[in-house]
Amino acid sequence: MTELAVAFLVSTVAAATPLLLAATGELVVEKVGVLNLGVEGMMLAGAIAGFATANETGVTTLGVLAALLAGTALALLFALVSLTLQANQTATGLALTIFGRGFSALLGAGYVGIPAPTLPKLHIPFLTDIPVLGPVVFGHDILVYLSFAILGVVAWCIRSTHLGLILRAVGDSHDAAHALGYAVVPIRYGAVAFGGALAGLAGAYMSLAYTPLWAQDMTAGRGWVAVALVTFAAWRPLWLLIGAWFFGALMYLSLYVQALGVAVPSALLSALPYIGTVVVLVLISRDRRLIRLHRPAMLGRPFQARA
Amino acid sequence: MNESTPSGPLLTMTGMTKQYPGCLANDHVSLTVERNQIHALLGENGAGKSTLVKMIYGVVKPDAGEIVWEGQQVSIPTPGAAQRLGIGMVFQHFSLFEALTVTENIALGLATAKERVGLRGRILQISTEYGLPLDPDRVVHDLSVGERQRIEIVRCLLQNPKLLIMDEPTSVLTPSEVQKLFVTLRRLASEGCSILYISHKLEEVRALCSAATIMRLGRNVARCAPAGKTVKQLAEIMINMDLRLPTPRPLVSGNAPARLVLDRLTIRSHNQFGTSLKDISLSIAGGEILGIAGIAGNGQSELIDGLSGEIPAGKPESVLIDGVAAGHMGPAERRRIRGCFVPEERNGHGAVTTMSLADNAFLSGYLRGALVRFGVIDKKRTLAFADDIIKRFDVRTTGPRAEARSLSGGNLQKFLVGREVLQDPGVLVINQPTWGVDAGAALAIHEAIMALAQGGAAVMIISQDLDEIFVLADRIAVIAGGRVSEPVATRSATVESIGRLMGGTSEDMVADSAVAHA
Repeated sequence: MTELAVAFLVSTVAAATPLLLAATGELVVEKVGVLNLGVEGMMLAGAIAGFATANETGVTTLGVLAALLAGTALALLFALVSLTLQANQTATGLALTIFGRGFSALLGAGYVGIPAPTLPKLHIPFLTDIPVLGPVVFGHDILVYLSFAILGVVAWCIRSTHLGLILRAVGDSHDAAHALGYAVVPIRYGAVAFGGALAGLAGAYMSLAYTPLWAQDMTAGRGWVAVALVTFAAWRPLWLLIGAWFFGALMYLSLYVQALGVAVPSALLSALPYIGTVVVLVLISRDRRLIRLHRPAMLGRPFQARA
Repeated sequence: MNESTPSGPLLTMTGMTKQYPGCLANDHVSLTVERNQIHALLGENGAGKSTLVKMIYGVVKPDAGEIVWEGQQVSIPTPGAAQRLGIGMVFQHFSLFEALTVTENIALGLATAKERVGLRGRILQISTEYGLPLDPDRVVHDLSVGERQRIEIVRCLLQNPKLLIMDEPTSVLTPSEVQKLFVTLRRLASEGCSILYISHKLEEVRALCSAATIMRLGRNVARCAPAGKTVKQLAEIMINMDLRLPTPRPLVSGNAPARLVLDRLTIRSHNQFGTSLKDISLSIAGGEILGIAGIAGNGQSELIDGLSGEIPAGKPESVLIDGVAAGHMGPAERRRIRGCFVPEERNGHGAVTTMSLADNAFLSGYLRGALVRFGVIDKKRTLAFADDIIKRFDVRTTGPRAEARSLSGGNLQKFLVGREVLQDPGVLVINQPTWGVDAGAALAIHEAIMALAQGGAAVMIISQDLDEIFVLADRIAVIAGGRVSEPVATRSATVESIGRLMGGTSEDMVADSAVAHA
């Protein structure tokens, strides 16, 4: 029973990590009023860049770094097209996802089915050996802890720092922010690049830690869940964490139920984490005032300084 | 120290030119602001004042022209550059962040971290000192127009600029608050901060400003000392024609039938910090104009929402339009029984800014103007209706196909009032009929309202401008804390007596909200 609980908790956290990373990035992007629907594409780019680099060099750290850069590069492409050239953000984001999927499949054709070095799990003497608590709290790889740290810093930064205030202001009214002298477009570039970097990291986690293999479309829609999480968490960081964990828990449960051989169609079970997460988050975020208060009013709206 | 000489003008602009597609907004305009001077910038809506000040503040880039600041020729490419020079601006619209608190909004306007230390306390201090009550922790979304303007003013006062541009800063203040603000502005001017003051209230300009630059149709037309001219003379230079006063109407006979009756109208505000309406009972006869005075945020927006049907009242009998119980009805049903309404906010509430004037005319007038045939929009009649509004109300625009947002505030207001008046309403309710509207446009709107009343309609004017209420209304009531006082005949009321009713309750309100937040 204890083993089962440990397995449940450990795999919940593991399954939640890529969602949490990607969603934290998208939260920052949306806070400044940009809707980037290319998360799935950026994650796949990160996954293949990380996997290929780790495979060629044998150094996982370089793989993680490459994933980060790949995500950022795609995000900057998005920023160039949608912020500088003023193309429609929704269409550009969708195109980015389609591009990321195709391009990663092309690059990854030679890497299918070969193993890569895996991101090592943390092992702290004594602490990790504590029964139950040890593996659950101290037994993950570095990206898991990094994802918590980033979420914490982002939450604190948005709520309590001047930088966070500027980010919120740009997302709430870009005209007013411009009138006060804030450089709207560069600030948005920065946020979009940050979101891309985190999506890249999320991809690296998928291909170097979660399932250390490359397979085409291996993110399986997690990028989309991350985008949905941001909206249904009503742009509040803590709720991202809860939503991601909930998704992770359902993921484990659906696999477990499948393993038990219960007579439920497996397609339905695979869909359960996606459906369940969205349903629960919709239920808890129905408060209209709450959404009005947290939703960036400029979300998806193009900005052009009036000359 | 190479301190620039304290003599010579603070700001000199010459040959400022800005061409917009289809409109030469500024045509070789010049402006000189001396040190320690309160300088008025006058002109009708659409005269090019906003364009000119936006060029000073770096929001709009001039096509040609020279700006000399403290003796140095400068270019001001961004608002940040303007701030570094020491130029601050109180905007009339769009410079507040709805989802942020008062303190956060003000913090965003301050350049350095040092200035933000102890900001909350300083906001409280300045707001009490200058009679601009503000709760630093409230979210702007929940604040009224008047309260929002207070934030703008406090924000600028915190910055200690050398030149302060104020666009219509007093439109929503009570007479006593205006006096307090003037004390502040005069003190600022004497302490070395020049003020460029844009206002349509010529009486205010005469009292406050030592020089005035008057613009018309994008050009300079005069520079004068406003104290040496009468209000009428100033207005006539501005609009280049003789100004008539609205002709007084014969008084309504006491036994005309009531067309709008409110019976203990009680409405819970949808807004956490809004003011709920409590037991409002009054009646307006056909041919009568009732003025509702009051300081912003005392239930005015709830009152117009309750009357228009945007917030239906609980009991049908609490709103009677021509004897029909209408409390449960939505806006379209109330329009069907000849109720027409003009809300306060022009952009986004009164008009869809990205749609054409014709489409906007259609949205409220399709029913009474019979603009739909078998579910299809009758384009011809809609265009004719919009064109009629434009002609009859002298709306300055390129035509009914122009986007609503391309119009200046006063012109859009004329269009929106015209849209309702031309639907021949039996009951007309207008919130802030002439907010931010110039003298010529205000006169046109006032005359339309009076003509409508003379034709037998019952009219309610909700306004924070006491002068306007005294000109228009037959009877005056005061709204404070969601309650409406017993109306008094305008003949037996004075600005002081009404002002006291408004002001006294406002202090009670502040005390109330302080208790509520304690």
